[in-house]
Amino acid sequence: MFDGQDMTPPTLEIRNVTKTYSVKQGLMGKRKPLTAVRDVSLSLRKGEVLGLVGESGCGKSTLAKILLGLEAPTSGQVLVDGQALGGQNRLELARRIQPIFQDPYSSLNPRKSIADIISLPLRIHGIGDAASQQKAVRDMLDVVGLPARVMNSYPSQMSGGQRQRVAIARALIMKPEVVICDEPTSALDVSVQSQILNLLGELRREFGLTYLFISHNLAVVEHLATRVAVMYLGRIVEETNTGDLFDASAHPYTQALLKSVLTPEPGLGVPDTQLGMAYPNPIDPPSGCAFHPRCPRATDLCKQRAPRPVPMRDGHVECHLHDPETPMFERS
Amino acid sequence: MTHTANDPLLEEITGPTPGQLLRKRVFGHQGLLIGVIVVAILTLIAILAPLLAPHDPYAQDLMARMKPPVFLGGTWEHPLGTDHLGRDYLSRLIYGARVSLLIGVVAATISGLIGTAMGVAAGYFGGRVDAVVTFLINVRLAMPVVLVALAVVAILGGSLTVVICVLGLLLWDRFAVVMRASTLQVRQREYVAAAQAIGASTPRILLTEIMPNIANNLIVVVTLEMAHAILLEAALSFLGLGVQPPTPSWGLMVSEGKNMMLFEPWLVLIPGAVLFVLVLAINLMGDGLRDVTAPENRS
Repeated sequence: MFDGQDMTPPTLEIRNVTKTYSVKQGLMGKRKPLTAVRDVSLSLRKGEVLGLVGESGCGKSTLAKILLGLEAPTSGQVLVDGQALGGQNRLELARRIQPIFQDPYSSLNPRKSIADIISLPLRIHGIGDAASQQKAVRDMLDVVGLPARVMNSYPSQMSGGQRQRVAIARALIMKPEVVICDEPTSALDVSVQSQILNLLGELRREFGLTYLFISHNLAVVEHLATRVAVMYLGRIVEETNTGDLFDASAHPYTQALLKSVLTPEPGLGVPDTQLGMAYPNPIDPPSGCAFHPRCPRATDLCKQRAPRPVPMRDGHVECHLHDPETPMFERS
Repeated sequence: MTHTANDPLLEEITGPTPGQLLRKRVFGHQGLLIGVIVVAILTLIAILAPLLAPHDPYAQDLMARMKPPVFLGGTWEHPLGTDHLGRDYLSRLIYGARVSLLIGVVAATISGLIGTAMGVAAGYFGGRVDAVVTFLINVRLAMPVVLVALAVVAILGGSLTVVICVLGLLLWDRFAVVMRASTLQVRQREYVAAAQAIGASTPRILLTEIMPNIANNLIVVVTLEMAHAILLEAALSFLGLGVQPPTPSWGLMVSEGKNMMLFEPWLVLIPGAVLFVLVLAINLMGDGLRDVTAPENRS
């Protein structure tokens, strides 16, 4: 708290953000609340890469939408450089946080030329005249490794990797501070994935970017992220630096995720995560710790009481096993 | 120059542009070409009617009534014969094209504007807007078009303007349904979310991100509804509730000829055949456009 580095506010801070949807089940069903993100707090310092991992449906993408201002949080705040950014100043938010989406086949308007797509942020924000926008697009294409002559091409003429480079150029042309990468490589061929990841890494160093890197690919996260947050059913169950998380994960869910990574050794077969198949229904979450029905080390306490975040190493973990106040016999 | 030519990244970007692909598909589609050519010819005839028509379509000549067309032994004075008032049939057909095409274009435009606005709003905003629009579509679909048109014409009296307005205000249902479904599909695309994240305003997103990507469906519905409106005008005129005499209208010509149908069938067959050709050509054009304008990424 008191050393010099921590005095500056984090580049991106999420404070107690909750997002609840109201969903209707069936024609005559009553509306029920679905809490996609439950009281999440995260902070990113300048230049950090926070990997956000979790299963499908755990709330990763909802969190990304909230950060981009596409969804308003039910409660809680998003702060950029210590300033709260609400719905009113969407343009200001857009200048600071930009997304790179998962599917480059869906994230580029097929009816627009590449130059139009990349220069759209400049035109909306009224930055520069046509000539300087043109030049900015040319420079940006160079930065992402595309030749200037693709400016008049259309997305349908390009490959997935090239399209993702265009999406990156569009995200970076306004020099944002934070880039939300929502599974930026999962729709690409394996051979192209590493090119895009390396490009993202280079751009981070070159422009001092801060990334929130959403992924379910742990290998990618380990490669790029400086910190990792593990999400389960709307909660961040464990957050720490990448080294600690991959070497000595604390939460049983993180351990199961790490175990699930396929190895290139064919003889080993598919790893057994002991997680079972069922992801809990978020409309009707389990009592106590949301993870207890799938947890190999669940106790009676886990069924009754939700764990609280316990500071651990460089982050926190939410598990009764690591809470010093949990009675010893329960922790065994 | 030389080092770029060897870069594998550059060599891939050689595919044709969407414009080139479209041109290739247009000229490879026979149905579309036939439809476009026929519609274009009929449009030209309608526009140039005063130059092409051999006689005044309103001029009656009671001494030359029911003259048969040339192919049934008539003279070149009246190539398609004359009707029961001695008016030149070819001239009336030529001027009738104006009425049909005018009604088709204007009615499809009015209903297109109404239906597209409703459908896009419902698809984009969802929620309550969608519920209201869906309700209105259902109400509209529950009303029989011909019956409503008959009632309105009976109250207001038949005229070209009334027919155009009634059809324009009644035929928006297909526009609304199709535009709503297309918008729902397009708004899921990540480029819409990207535009929102950039800070684009809602009108801008609707006009530059959504509309260009649903325009192909719109064009198809426009052609189908044009044909629909033309047929409905003919039906209303046939029933005596559409365009009023002596205005030349194909539906009215069929109606006026029906009394003599058993003796002089060409009085009904000629306007009927022209109506058939126009509607067929418009439908061919619509089907062709649907085939041709499939989004680039599908091909």
